[in-house]
Amino acid sequence: MSHRVGNEQSLASPAAAATSAGVRTAVLSPATVRDGLARERFPLLQPAAGRPPRHYLDTAATSQKPASVLAALDDFYRYRNANVHRSLDSLAASATAAYEECRRRVAAWVNAPAVAGVVITRGATSALNLVARGLEHLLAPGDEILLTEMEHHANLVPWQMLARRRGLSLRFLTITDAGELDLAQLPHLLGARTRVVSLVHTSNVLGTINPVAEIVAAARRFGAMTVIDAAQAAGHQALDLQALGADALVFSAHKTYGPLGLGFLVARPDWLAQLEPLEGGGEMIAWVDWQQATWAEVPHRFEAGTPNIAAAAAFPAALDLLAEIGQDTIRRHEQAITALALDRLQALGGITVYGPPAADRRGGLVAFADAVVHPHDLSTILDQAGVSVRAGHHCAQPLHRRLGVPATTRASFGLYTNTDDIDALIAGIREARKVFDR
Amino acid sequence: MTGPLDTLYREVVLEHHRHPRGNRPLADPHIEASGQNPSCGDDVVLQMRFEGDRIAAVGVLTHGCAISTSSGSMMAELIEGRTVGEAAALAERFREVMQGKTFPAEVDLGDLSVLEGVKQFPVRIKCALLPWLTLLDAILARRQGRPPQPLDTEGLPAGGPPMQVDLKERS
Ligand SMILES: Cc1ncc(COP(=O)(O)O)c(C=O)c1O
Repeated sequence: MSHRVGNEQSLASPAAAATSAGVRTAVLSPATVRDGLARERFPLLQPAAGRPPRHYLDTAATSQKPASVLAALDDFYRYRNANVHRSLDSLAASATAAYEECRRRVAAWVNAPAVAGVVITRGATSALNLVARGLEHLLAPGDEILLTEMEHHANLVPWQMLARRRGLSLRFLTITDAGELDLAQLPHLLGARTRVVSLVHTSNVLGTINPVAEIVAAARRFGAMTVIDAAQAAGHQALDLQALGADALVFSAHKTYGPLGLGFLVARPDWLAQLEPLEGGGEMIAWVDWQQATWAEVPHRFEAGTPNIAAAAAFPAALDLLAEIGQDTIRRHEQAITALALDRLQALGGITVYGPPAADRRGGLVAFADAVVHPHDLSTILDQAGVSVRAGHHCAQPLHRRLGVPATTRASFGLYTNTDDIDALIAGIREARKVFDR
Repeated sequence: MTGPLDTLYREVVLEHHRHPRGNRPLADPHIEASGQNPSCGDDVVLQMRFEGDRIAAVGVLTHGCAISTSSGSMMAELIEGRTVGEAAALAERFREVMQGKTFPAEVDLGDLSVLEGVKQFPVRIKCALLPWLTLLDAILARRQGRPPQPLDTEGLPAGGPPMQVDLKERS
């Protein structure tokens, strides 16, 4: 069952209120849940003259950006813009420092084993492609890759491409009707041929938070490599790569209150060293002759060409905001908002919610189907009421086939989501039903 | 309800959506074509029986939003009994309308004219066009004597693929 919002007891457990070293935690008051966290710092969410208020419920697609990140982008282009690792002048040194500072901050943020284990990419998708392509030479026909039925296309299609090239077979950990991974199947799916287990940390459709550490431990017993797609977890829950025990973790900055065009692959440097680089070019080489070249050290060998330096320079401003509020507080806020959304949707009747029924088992998003109004129609009507949601298959077509619906409507939340947003969603659904019932 | 939603969800549209015409499989169709909008999950299966060059029976099985189902329903109503050439011409006219032209006064498009409201919602245009593009592809396949390929609107230019259907051809 879902939590009741407004019940302070359930939001402020004594454990959560206790302050642990380095992590600021706070008791979430009902007023905080009502207002959202730091909402006033997100320019796009501010009501402005001539523009109706926007209820942005599509954070799982991309989060909004705080003013501090926008200022950091502006600051970079205004005062520090230069290429990295190339020129010797002080401007280039300043850009390089900003870029490398991002790597350090991300390493600390996800508890990476080493700063050199952070590869800066264009996003989660390019990080997953980098891994799948990079492992190609280590895999042989008949080897197996284990994925799950709740993967985003980003953690499915690169493996399909690899499987086709190398004659591998893809296997899938099934989901239960409650939208959770069926761990009972795991022993039947893991075996000596399993070389890679790659899975989503938090589903972008079902919201399910998967027992990653448990699955990683099982995979390790068979010597399989483990990759975690944390695109929907980063910024919403604390991430600790070493505690998860996985070989690699990927996420995108743009879903984490940071700029577009930036993402990360985080792993042990020696694990990264076995990957073949996906792209060749400048920056990634040590020595180049007409016929051949040698690679630069890890992680630079995976960063061919000019990266998105401005985005990297600005991302720490997003991490500062997360640290200031506290990842724990953010998690509890999103959980409260999710519980509220689940309750209100159920109360409407005629709504099927996909994924675990309880908010504490899921990240901050709810995908649902209305018995009468199709997701596209609902999304158009909600948009007219200033509510942004996503309608469709959310880059998870096989999962939707498994669920037996061609499309769902997804409302997804962030630290800034407030109860007004949920009210507007529910009012919009009522309005849509009125349109269709007349 | 006021504003653009009124023009999108007209009563006629909702009525077609609730009771789509031609929404049953044909016993032995001469042609069956399918189309989908992969980015949103809409799909349509179109079946036709011909008598000579005339479309004798139409089945339009849509799984999708109110705009695609009602557009498919209106299509079933409009093309049944017409020649293949006339149906293709209608489809081309409707595509032009969705691409910005106004409804041609000389062509009776029946209920279809209410779908003009879709133009105010550019992201929904492909919903309205899906059944019609599937029809155009089926007609093209018939002319070329090949089976219809599943139509996929992803990556197509807005308004669908260029179709070399000879509109002047009449039986
Ligand atoms: C679970 C999951 N994995 C991967 C991705 C891909 O992220 P990006 O498009 O930023 O590369 C997404 C984005 O929707 C996602 O939700």
